[in-house]
Amino acid sequence: MAEVLLQMDGISKSFPGVKANDEVSFQINSGEIHALLGENGAGKSTLVKMIYGLMQPDSGSMKLGSENFRPSEPSKARQSGIAMVFQHFSLFDALSVAENIALGMENPPRLQDLSEKIETVSKSYGLPLGPKRLVGQLSAGERQRVEIIRCLLQNPKLLIMDEPTSVLTPNEVKTLFETLLRLKGEGKSILYISHKLEEIREICDYATILRNGKKVGSCIPRDTSAKQIGEMMVGKSFSSPSRKTRAFGEELLKVSNLSIRTKDFFGTSLSNINFSVRVGEILGIGGVAGNGQDELLSALSGEEKTSPSTIKIFNQPIGKLAPDERRAIGMRAAPEERLGHAAAPAMTLIENTLITSHSEDVINQWGIIKFDNVKEKTRNIVSEFDVRTPTLDNAAASLSGGNLQKFVIGREILQKPRVFVVNQPTWGVDAAAAAFIRQSILNLASNDSAVVVISQDLDELFEICDTFSVLTNGRMSKSHDIRSLSSEDVGLLMGGSDLDRKSHDTA
Amino acid sequence: MIRLEKRRNISKFWTTVTPVIAVFLTMSFGGLMFGLLLGDFSSAFGAIKLIFWDPLFDENFASYARPQLLVKAGPIILIAIGLSIGFKAGIWNIGAEGQYILGAIFGASVALSLYPQESVLIFPAMILAGALGGFIWALIPALLKVYFKTNEILVSLMLVYVAENILASVSQGLLRNPEGMGLPGSRNLKDYPSAHNSEILVNSGMHWGVLTAFLAVILAYFLFLKHQKGYEIRIAGEAPKAAYFAGINPSKTIIFCMGMSGLLAGMAGLFEVAGPAGQITMSFNSGYGFTAIIVAFLGRLNPLGILLAGLLMALTYIGGEIAQLMLGLPGASIQLLQGMLLFFLLATDIFTNYRIKSRGS
Repeated sequence: MAEVLLQMDGISKSFPGVKANDEVSFQINSGEIHALLGENGAGKSTLVKMIYGLMQPDSGSMKLGSENFRPSEPSKARQSGIAMVFQHFSLFDALSVAENIALGMENPPRLQDLSEKIETVSKSYGLPLGPKRLVGQLSAGERQRVEIIRCLLQNPKLLIMDEPTSVLTPNEVKTLFETLLRLKGEGKSILYISHKLEEIREICDYATILRNGKKVGSCIPRDTSAKQIGEMMVGKSFSSPSRKTRAFGEELLKVSNLSIRTKDFFGTSLSNINFSVRVGEILGIGGVAGNGQDELLSALSGEEKTSPSTIKIFNQPIGKLAPDERRAIGMRAAPEERLGHAAAPAMTLIENTLITSHSEDVINQWGIIKFDNVKEKTRNIVSEFDVRTPTLDNAAASLSGGNLQKFVIGREILQKPRVFVVNQPTWGVDAAAAAFIRQSILNLASNDSAVVVISQDLDELFEICDTFSVLTNGRMSKSHDIRSLSSEDVGLLMGGSDLDRKSHDTA
Repeated sequence: MIRLEKRRNISKFWTTVTPVIAVFLTMSFGGLMFGLLLGDFSSAFGAIKLIFWDPLFDENFASYARPQLLVKAGPIILIAIGLSIGFKAGIWNIGAEGQYILGAIFGASVALSLYPQESVLIFPAMILAGALGGFIWALIPALLKVYFKTNEILVSLMLVYVAENILASVSQGLLRNPEGMGLPGSRNLKDYPSAHNSEILVNSGMHWGVLTAFLAVILAYFLFLKHQKGYEIRIAGEAPKAAYFAGINPSKTIIFCMGMSGLLAGMAGLFEVAGPAGQITMSFNSGYGFTAIIVAFLGRLNPLGILLAGLLMALTYIGGEIAQLMLGLPGASIQLLQGMLLFFLLATDIFTNYRIKSRGS
């Protein structure tokens, strides 16, 4: 039996009104990839933050090797050999890779020496990365490499990774897994946080499952089915979205020769994008965020205006229409950024409902808001989409990510849009809520709407979409019937090449 | 150890209570300051009472001070209501003082050009002209911001100095009283019945400007409570990207907010020149436009709060004058007291946005 590296014993941590961790015990062995699984709010991050010294447990004890371990701050944890790669990177776009790494070090060496070290480490772990490159020009996968190398330079015993694959392309995931296996071969341990079951079954040796702050089970993922693990996480059996085979109607949304110069310094300009979506069709647009996804959404939502005939609905040119004017003719969008873009953080849910409501039943001809009706609408969203909130007067920022996302999606879908465009519909949302959101998108399409789903989660796109294309570097591939695509085809598309086989084309 | 934790829902309780605490702290530290100035701490309480209590309730002062309270509070409230509309949207019009001056000049010009004809239409025409003057002056920073992305804080503030120079010029030139024996300053509008902004009730201090200020409070309250425009302004301030996503045109919001605040400041200037001041002079403006910024924040950008804060600020003006007269306190110490009020308000604001926690171990 392998040596125990970290032993957690009866760890509890409470916040006002919620017990984030309740008597959690488990152990991580040396040279083990250990999965920490659970829905959003299950207590994974709290637990990990205590290991990394960002928080201290209320009760319970930790042992690192044979010594008691209770880091009072991250630097203490790092000294003891714990390193962590966060889900959200803390990197400066305008600095180089080496400068970014130096910033995170307590006693940085000379930049020259550091660059050499970075190159050595990046080569030996198969993580190609030039130390002089500007971080602003790196893809999400490369940015993650910066964070990983930053950790590896400390030569850690335990590497904690929070949702590492959420931003990666399939190929980048493969490279990451190879690196992780190499680290494991060296006897290092990895604590791997995720809710993607297939990944965990592929790479992890052992899994601890949390629900509502409690440890509800553990398993060897390879020997357990994804469905079984999923049920342990959710506590009930959940069904994957059901889809009826739909016949597509006439062409509803048509985008032709869409080119936009981005206003954002680190944004991506769109060049000559063409696609169309038919009645009843769900078009999935894959690709890693930052390749023009935000720009495409803003062109479709009306935040960015184009020449009128660039975007057409039922042949009616709408490229010049503002967002509210597009909603009036049945075109709605849900942007990726929930707080600050789709919703105003400090405003109540009722007020947030108004963001995308302009019709006469909520605002009369004199501009007076009929708050009774808005409240009714909000209540409807909250109940139909199972948004968990104490009151309708709660600020949007007080909701959890998953609940707010259900609110944002529900707000649009309940208006029964003819065309619905959504960017990252289930990003950072737990499995049950994600399944619910996907089902409601499918239902919308079956009710004669056209839907565009922009997502970097390929599993999601393959679950709900009819046609598929990829947006890389501001260019979009042709769309293909999703059932005709092999994983090899998808890889090619993600890499920016188009498939030439005519048989696949649907457009 | 004590540490601050950001609140997810802004505390309504603390939003209401902190201005009261700020007033209390101002009284305490103001008293301390007066004690030091007078070299006698036993009279510090007397000085505070003289400023905050006697103008309203001491029979020696009240008959003069009570009407003065409305005369001072009227323009401050009217301007502050306008400013609060912009501040809520994150549009910082700091130049209300200039818009106030231009409003006075525009309004007075109408009257002076029609002198000595009498008509009931003259006063309404002056109000329109005053509003227009302030509106145009505020539109300059608004349009520069929309078309050239200039900073409205700087432009509106610098335009105050331009306005002051225009004021100096017209009071010695264009608008100078031809019968004034060459002295700077216009005719006194108190002597021109059709143009005079007289008291509605004798000896109440209640002139048309005060009435307009109260009306503005009610309309602004309604605007933010019920009206689409008020909602759009709030969301533009809270989350500009969400406002844009909603379909709210940021340029229109900038022009509306700057325009409205300029319009109200211009009206305040007209009511002042046609009423309490009576004439355009080089020293016509007295800083109401800047004081209104403090009042807008002290009132939490809430119309009712601004009403109370405006009355309170007017009280410090009048009480301050009495204290200067009775105790020989320097005028600057009164301004310091008003500054303290804003300082303590901002300091106590931390309770509305954060909760204080003591960190265990």
